[in-house]
Amino acid sequence: MLRQIGVASIENLFDSIPEDLRLLKRLDVPAALSEIELLKRFGDMGARNTAASRVSFLGAGAYSHYVPTVVDHLISRSEFFTAYTPYQPEISQGTLQSIFEFQTLICQLTGMEIANASMYDGSTALAEAVLMAERVTKRSKMIASSAIHPQYLEVAQTYVQHAGIELQPAPFDFVTGQTPISAFDSMDAQTAAVVVQSPNFFGCIEDLQALSEKVHANGALLIVAISEAMSLGLLRSPGSCGADIVVAEGQSFGVPVSFGGPYVGLFATRDKYSRQIPGRLVGEAYDKQGRRGFVLTLATREQHIRREKATSNICTNEGLIALAATIYLETMGRRGVQEVAHQCAQKAHYAAREIAKLEGLSLPFSAPFFNEFVVRAPVEALPLLERLANEKGIDGGIALSRFDSNRPNDFLVCVTETNTREQIDALVDGLRPLT
Amino acid sequence: MDSGISKVTTHISHNEQLIFERSQPGRAGFSLPPLDVDEIPLDEIVPREFQREDNLAGMPEVTEVDVVRHFTRMSSWNYSIDQGMYPLGSCTMKYNSRLNEKVARIAGFANLHPLAAEAESQGALQVIYELQQHLREITGLPGISLQPAAGAHGEMTGILIIRAFIDARDGKEGSAKRRIMLIPDSAHGTNPASAHLSGFTVQTIRSTNEGLTDLEHLRELCAHGDVAGLMLTNPNTLGLFERNIKEICRRVHDAGGLVYMDGANMNALVGVARPGDMGVDVIHLNLHKTFSTPHGGGGPGSGPCCCTKELEPFLPVPRIVRTRSGSDGPDVFKLDFDYPQSIGRVKAFFGNYGMMLRALAYILTHGYDGLREATEAAVLNARYITHGLTSDYEKPFAAPPMHEVVFTDKRQARKSVHTLDIAKRLIDYGFHPPTIYFPLIVSGAMLIEPTESVGRQELDQFIEAMRSIAREAVDNPELVLNAPHTTRIGRLDEAAAARKPVLRWKPAAPPRMATSDR
Repeated sequence: MLRQIGVASIENLFDSIPEDLRLLKRLDVPAALSEIELLKRFGDMGARNTAASRVSFLGAGAYSHYVPTVVDHLISRSEFFTAYTPYQPEISQGTLQSIFEFQTLICQLTGMEIANASMYDGSTALAEAVLMAERVTKRSKMIASSAIHPQYLEVAQTYVQHAGIELQPAPFDFVTGQTPISAFDSMDAQTAAVVVQSPNFFGCIEDLQALSEKVHANGALLIVAISEAMSLGLLRSPGSCGADIVVAEGQSFGVPVSFGGPYVGLFATRDKYSRQIPGRLVGEAYDKQGRRGFVLTLATREQHIRREKATSNICTNEGLIALAATIYLETMGRRGVQEVAHQCAQKAHYAAREIAKLEGLSLPFSAPFFNEFVVRAPVEALPLLERLANEKGIDGGIALSRFDSNRPNDFLVCVTETNTREQIDALVDGLRPLT
Repeated sequence: MDSGISKVTTHISHNEQLIFERSQPGRAGFSLPPLDVDEIPLDEIVPREFQREDNLAGMPEVTEVDVVRHFTRMSSWNYSIDQGMYPLGSCTMKYNSRLNEKVARIAGFANLHPLAAEAESQGALQVIYELQQHLREITGLPGISLQPAAGAHGEMTGILIIRAFIDARDGKEGSAKRRIMLIPDSAHGTNPASAHLSGFTVQTIRSTNEGLTDLEHLRELCAHGDVAGLMLTNPNTLGLFERNIKEICRRVHDAGGLVYMDGANMNALVGVARPGDMGVDVIHLNLHKTFSTPHGGGGPGSGPCCCTKELEPFLPVPRIVRTRSGSDGPDVFKLDFDYPQSIGRVKAFFGNYGMMLRALAYILTHGYDGLREATEAAVLNARYITHGLTSDYEKPFAAPPMHEVVFTDKRQARKSVHTLDIAKRLIDYGFHPPTIYFPLIVSGAMLIEPTESVGRQELDQFIEAMRSIAREAVDNPELVLNAPHTTRIGRLDEAAAARKPVLRWKPAAPPRMATSDR
């Protein structure tokens, strides 16, 4: 090949790089490993993650749900996972139709009118929602509940720090665990949006309907974030409560917890904001013969056309993970999603009832919850949970002192349909002698 | 044709509907064990006013085999790397090793919760740490965060770091005078969008007739003391190495600015040259390009951000660091939040972790020589295509390209055959088209990037297909203008789709009951 193109040596392929910039030494990375060696190495490292095989009650933004076998099988088809963004619709209809179905499913679940093709995750979707609210309202103040996942709030803060947007905290109620409507009394003519999470970081369900009325009376938008999207199988949809933008972490729909990613951000809003929404959208289109197909559409919002005036800088999204969520939701279907949500709620409430019976342990918040709840111990939660893990092999929850030093004794417990009664009883038995 | 190229013929095309149109009440594809705890009335769990009232109407009800056929049929409408060459310039569609997929699915990683205790997640943190070490070596830049989820996210991170550095260096007032981000006219659209998000005003630098950054224009733009930085892709989006890169960096630095390098084209440099040696301050990498993690029909990606020692304090938190337990104990990997100057967190948890596993597996299976060989083969393949197409297509820049090459439709346009038509006709020959109409500064651009994952035989077939289309453009332009002829659907009316967008399926209105039936 070199001879054919008239280049003397491989080294000459790089003649356009000035000599003083060329790397003369070889890279200081190890020599190539064979397949056997590589699998051994990663197998060993994987085995050091002792938490991965534990009975687990960890949630807080990443949830262990049952994933039907067909999900991984179908996303592993070459035609899906080795394809690019569907820029050539004639040879990308598989991806495009899947995204159209994804958008539809997200609308159905959230009760919204349009949804995009995905964001990176729940946290960045929330940040994008805040930016969108500023564009829509031309107002710059956001009031965000302090019962939103702390990492989501941190990400939103990072995104808005140079955008002239002020994020004001709205304190939650220490008795109910909800964010009271009065926490948003500072709303004024500059307020673009009120942001809440429901169920919130503590698992408590917020009163979206009441909040929506107050927010809209003020001409602001209501942004609702959800970290446990499975709750949509049971809880009234944010759309029917009056939300203007709904963002969620879609990991619960068929995606492994995988140490925090890749997950998939869900983003849904009202029809009237279709030209303000960030990210890709797929729409119906027809060819000359009148055959239905699907294309990427409303691209004039996007960075490759609008550049610095784009609605977002996002390009690559979470395509394959959105596909996993689509396959999950279609396999489970209407009744499967309802059944999983029902089991999560029943099991979590069983666990809460049993834990509350233990001497010294209490549930500090009174608001209704879905599948996560806070437990207050008479001793510090972090060492208690460590002992539970070491002595009983159970990851019993997440110490809230990791997020808030004022809550040393509180921990967050999450129960899903994958936790058996036997596991829940073992958790309760394990907690009994420790408190 | 001697290389055996021929137009592919239509293959079986199933008339697969939308899943919602296939749905039948009562069908189910799931199986769950019965509830094993004492059930209490739903109203005692959640007050009625918080309960869902629409019964999830409209969501599909299908069996497992329905789902499998649905997606298998739809998959057959996609082109993919595994079917053949996917020469999208700038997108780097290289082979995605199945071994890396297997690694990412190891239970010890896939089932690991991101908030599990550090002591019980040591293997996972070690993977992050080791990948960080290798990427530091490959870029020659010592600071690194793997938190960004994609290229544009890494860009935003890099620009926020530049902003934070200047804020700290110049103070609030001084920094407020530096709000200009310089971006070449050939840049990816994400560059200006990311700069805007970080509060900068974009000024565009011209490219020269050679396709390189115009140094004279750069000098003029740097003369006003308001430049915060420059965003530069290298090799640039025309596939050309910016040979004045050192001089460019020096000028920007002299003007008080910093240089951000878009690492989308890093696959042309791995093992051959390092951004850190060029004077670059901060760069993002695309693990889903250079390090072969799959594109998945649009993601997930991963966009690590690498920077100089000077910029390191501003990286996102948490950082993953190594310590030792005791003087000669084993390595311990920890999350470190203690960076008060950090720009903050850009994503929940640690980033797209599954992509990090795959990228580390790619690096370890290639080794130091394999990484360099991949770069060499990618450049050689692009040069081979350049050689093969120059007689039939207009090549706007004379310099030999690196890993990708730009041609245009200038000659074919005389017969009213344009880049879009050539791209669509290429589909009939069994290839995915190249990137088209990008970079924006080249009229009718076709940006072709073969990557190292194609052999000579397939390169010859691609060249022959392109040359055949060039002949068709002269002899039978209608054939090209109406392409593709072999796909399940023809060209879709995208303008109509955008005018009245239909973005979701809706059930047909229920039939109205005739009054006489009542």
